[in-house]
Amino acid sequence: MTTQVTYPANAYPVPEEEHHDPGENTLFGFWLYLMTDCLLFASVFATWGVLYFATDGGPGPKDLFELDYVAIETAALLVSSITYGFAMISAHAGRKGGALFWLAVTFVCGLVFIGMEVNEFHHLIAEGAGPQRSAFLTAFFSLVGMHGLHVTAGLLWMIVMMIEVSKRGLGGKTLTRLGCLSMFWHFLDVVWICVFTTVYLMGAL
Amino acid sequence: MAHSHDSHSSYHGTVKGYLTGFVLSIILTVIPFWMVMEGDFSTSVKFWTISILAVVQIIVHLKYFLHLDFTHEGKPNTLAFLFSALIIVLVVGLSLWIIYESNAMMM
Repeated sequence: MTTQVTYPANAYPVPEEEHHDPGENTLFGFWLYLMTDCLLFASVFATWGVLYFATDGGPGPKDLFELDYVAIETAALLVSSITYGFAMISAHAGRKGGALFWLAVTFVCGLVFIGMEVNEFHHLIAEGAGPQRSAFLTAFFSLVGMHGLHVTAGLLWMIVMMIEVSKRGLGGKTLTRLGCLSMFWHFLDVVWICVFTTVYLMGAL
Repeated sequence: MAHSHDSHSSYHGTVKGYLTGFVLSIILTVIPFWMVMEGDFSTSVKFWTISILAVVQIIVHLKYFLHLDFTHEGKPNTLAFLFSALIIVLVVGLSLWIIYESNAMMM
């Protein structure tokens, strides 16, 4: 057993090496979590697709969904994506006031989205098209509701981040956390693209 | 920590990048909504157009908002995503294929 390469004692990579920013590890780890979340969404999308025609004689997608309403929801979420982007740019430039302002704008957009979604659910249930009506509606409420729950979690997280930024400023750890929330928020927007395409637009065809 | 601010600016993007992504995603959202709400096309044309536009919009979001790319910093995230995308296509595609084929056979 001979090895051709011998390392000097100090040549082994050590975790504290300068270019090894722990914040980047956190961001990568959080991204991997989001990928597992993707798979969760994928299985619910598959369920939605499979149960699409299982309306049990009850209302189907054409009877239930209003596209102009969904278009406004979509717009709120899209705008919240770019305002979060501006929050990140302000945060990395060290502008605390700007970051807080854009986080607040993002929060309001997200709140509009969730408010509209809860209102839509309320109307559907009041019309007798609740999740217990048919397998199709169970799949609808599971899919759209799960996305809504994620957005709600993102909003709660955003409140925590606004408090953290205003109390502690924009230190390295805070920036990393803002970066994780950024990925979470933009990821939810990507999921929403799939939702409005496969649920609402294809439902109206 | 001082070094970390400039070294991965691709991670948090630029105003120009976000605006580009925003404008593109508005266009890619308005077209499918318009097609389904107002457009006078056959169902299959609408179906395939909105499907393709959704995929394009997802790519736009991944590039401009989630900063996926093949640079040294972006590569691990991109590869993790591509692997997930493969699994998603398998889970969703095969589920639909199997269930609808079995439905058709039982008709």
